[in-house]
Amino acid sequence: MIAVTKPVLKITDLRVENLTGAVLVDNVSFELRPGEVLGLIGESGAGKSTIGLAAMVYARAGCSITGGSVEIEGLDSRKADAEGRRELRGRHIAYVAQSAAASFNPAHTILEQVCEMPIQHGLMSKAEAEAWAIELFRALDLPDPDKFGSRYPHQVSGGQLQRAMAAMAISCRPKILVFDEPTTALDVTTQIEVLALIKKLIREYNTAALYITHDLAVVAQVADRIMVLRGGKEIEIGTTSDILNKPKTAYAKALVTERKAADKISVETVEKRGPSVLEVSNAVGVYGDFVAVKKASLSVSKSETVAVVGESGSGKSSLARLIVGLLPRSEGSVRFNGVDLPPALKSRTADNLRRIQFIYQQPDVALNPRQTVGDIIGRPVEFYFNRSKPEVAKRVDELLEQVGLPKDYATRLSTALSGGQKQRVSIARALAAEPDLIICDEPTSALDQLVADEILKLLKRLQDDLGVAYLFITHDLGIVRRIAHRTAVMLRGEIIAEGPTERIFSPPFHPYTEKLLASVPELRTDWLEEVLAKREPGGKPKKAKPKV
Amino acid sequence: MRIMGHQPNLSAWIGLAIVTSFIVIALFAPWIAPYGEAESVSETWASSTWQYWLGTDNIGRDMLSRLIYGARMTIGVALLTTILSFIIGTCAGLLAAIGGPIIDQALSRLVDVMLSIPLLVFALIILSMFGSSIPTLIITIAVLDSTRVFRLARAVAMNIVVLEFVEAAKLRGEGLWWIMRREILPNALPPMISEFGLRFCFNFLFVAGLSFLGLGIQPPFADWGGMVRENGRAISFGIPAPLWPAMAIAIMTVGVNLVVDWILSINARPSGASAEM
Repeated sequence: MIAVTKPVLKITDLRVENLTGAVLVDNVSFELRPGEVLGLIGESGAGKSTIGLAAMVYARAGCSITGGSVEIEGLDSRKADAEGRRELRGRHIAYVAQSAAASFNPAHTILEQVCEMPIQHGLMSKAEAEAWAIELFRALDLPDPDKFGSRYPHQVSGGQLQRAMAAMAISCRPKILVFDEPTTALDVTTQIEVLALIKKLIREYNTAALYITHDLAVVAQVADRIMVLRGGKEIEIGTTSDILNKPKTAYAKALVTERKAADKISVETVEKRGPSVLEVSNAVGVYGDFVAVKKASLSVSKSETVAVVGESGSGKSSLARLIVGLLPRSEGSVRFNGVDLPPALKSRTADNLRRIQFIYQQPDVALNPRQTVGDIIGRPVEFYFNRSKPEVAKRVDELLEQVGLPKDYATRLSTALSGGQKQRVSIARALAAEPDLIICDEPTSALDQLVADEILKLLKRLQDDLGVAYLFITHDLGIVRRIAHRTAVMLRGEIIAEGPTERIFSPPFHPYTEKLLASVPELRTDWLEEVLAKREPGGKPKKAKPKV
Repeated sequence: MRIMGHQPNLSAWIGLAIVTSFIVIALFAPWIAPYGEAESVSETWASSTWQYWLGTDNIGRDMLSRLIYGARMTIGVALLTTILSFIIGTCAGLLAAIGGPIIDQALSRLVDVMLSIPLLVFALIILSMFGSSIPTLIITIAVLDSTRVFRLARAVAMNIVVLEFVEAAKLRGEGLWWIMRREILPNALPPMISEFGLRFCFNFLFVAGLSFLGLGIQPPFADWGGMVRENGRAISFGIPAPLWPAMAIAIMTVGVNLVVDWILSINARPSGASAEM
């Protein structure tokens, strides 16, 4: 059926270079037919987004398309002039970006922005465009579709905004849609809804789509075929089930195995691993009149990893800030090694501070870009232990070795390192203080899958060697299954379930835990359909209408 | 040739050449100048000859020698003023950014009050109260100018203070001074350096302006603004005497601006670490 229709998008031997001549995309070719979805997968820097943009005959500032052809509906659009390209974009091919919040203009209402394209292209009058937009809002299950458009982007949630962006993209009924990580910035429970709608949209309008993502499980739900990319080159292309079940290349195999590891618990989960290090009881944290942490109790023992999971806004990070004293608690107590810690950072002793260290989510801003790696790691050694210069240098060498970095990195600036290496430096900086507890605030969520995996392994090894305890804040249940001995689930500032990971992740569940678990995409093609089918009967009454 | 790891473009080279040659002239004035600074060598407003290249001034001093000594005074005073104002402004700005809301409010409102009074009027009041000696001149302009530096330093630092490496330093228990000096200052420097060039220009013109009004550098010391004033009347006799110092002011200003433009363009490049912040 698919083979007989003519491709709407045909990219041949595409080559994109930047100003210095580095090749970002090298010799990539594919075809896309109506109703077909091609998933582009790879780590950051693989050229996924560059290909997505090149499909619209667009290259980011400093880059240019230097070879190959991009045929949209049979026309070589690289030969089109600026006016011709403008005509193509939006009308024949449209783009859905990762960050909807950054892609909407905060000064205009959503309706104005969704209507802008059809009006600009002269396809519809203003009234027609508005009626069409409302129809789209309804099709995308947005609340109160008649009035939804009159709101401003900041007045709606992230998931709703992402759907509004999809509405904007299809407002001119383009033949091709480019989705650039449309669900990456969303919580898992929201992601599932957006995914379902994207799938419905593609099916209803028989659109061809490029779906860019780094999560194999997500792309498995929507794509017919998957192209695995690395360093701007095609590694492997095949049908979704082929890539998932019998990947041919080593790289694709590694991606699949790595993703599969996240689906099962792989740590022994015990009640208690040793003497208690941290005990938080009934702690309350408040920002102004907003209660971010409500009566939270938690304990962490020596050489134990306790995961705190929850969606964004659930108070995970606030809890961490409360423990270290950045958010002074208004009630409750935080006991560390049996001693009560003062609420505020300023009243804690240097020894208090030394024993709890922090690893941040964004390694780019966690390290001072104007200091060398040696200075960054050496400072805690110098500050807490008052060592002499040669001793500090020796200790820096040791620490670099411990986190798996070459010794000569000590003289480099942190800006010269990759994301994974920066995170290793952050870990070394935390270890330099010889802490009892390290609070890890989503330390791997800014990293690529395989790099993140390395970091997790490193953290595990360090725990075995040094007996350090981790409080691991994350939204990724796959990580929890792999490293957490115990897990606490947070919802709206409260800890609603706590215990050994195995118990939390097996029935009987707390209803929210169950929802959270059910929302994590699994690495098989029929997962989304199954979850949606499960939800239909008992779930929301408004979805009672027959399935499409 | 590369300077500070960057390749200057043509206009930057012109700017660098102008600034460097003026600085060399200022440093070696007594060896370069053919006559003394206050030495009356000929009649009033003599025209250009092989002996006096640019003629003489209103009391018969050699114009070229005066210009050379003037470079020393004008550039020296402007440079000292700018350095002092940057020390004051940057310290206060960083302190306001990190010291908490009370310090921030106190410093910011004080600066607002100072900024609400026109600079020239403020300077005139203070200089007529305390007299126009060179140290008073430098301190007055530096303090007034530091309000502008404060504004920039605070704004830049505010963006850096919220970054996690600063939080990491706070969590480590580092003191305020260390955080200001080691964590924030190095990251705030690139925009501050380009601002330094601009403020140097303004101060330079301001000193020249004050001298022109008679409140700046006092005779017999030569300075370019003062020289324009002293020789101003000559223009009505068709004598070009005031044009030479005015031209020196213009060339120096253009030179500094060309260099500043270049520094700004380095910072605006995406490769610069400060560009992302």
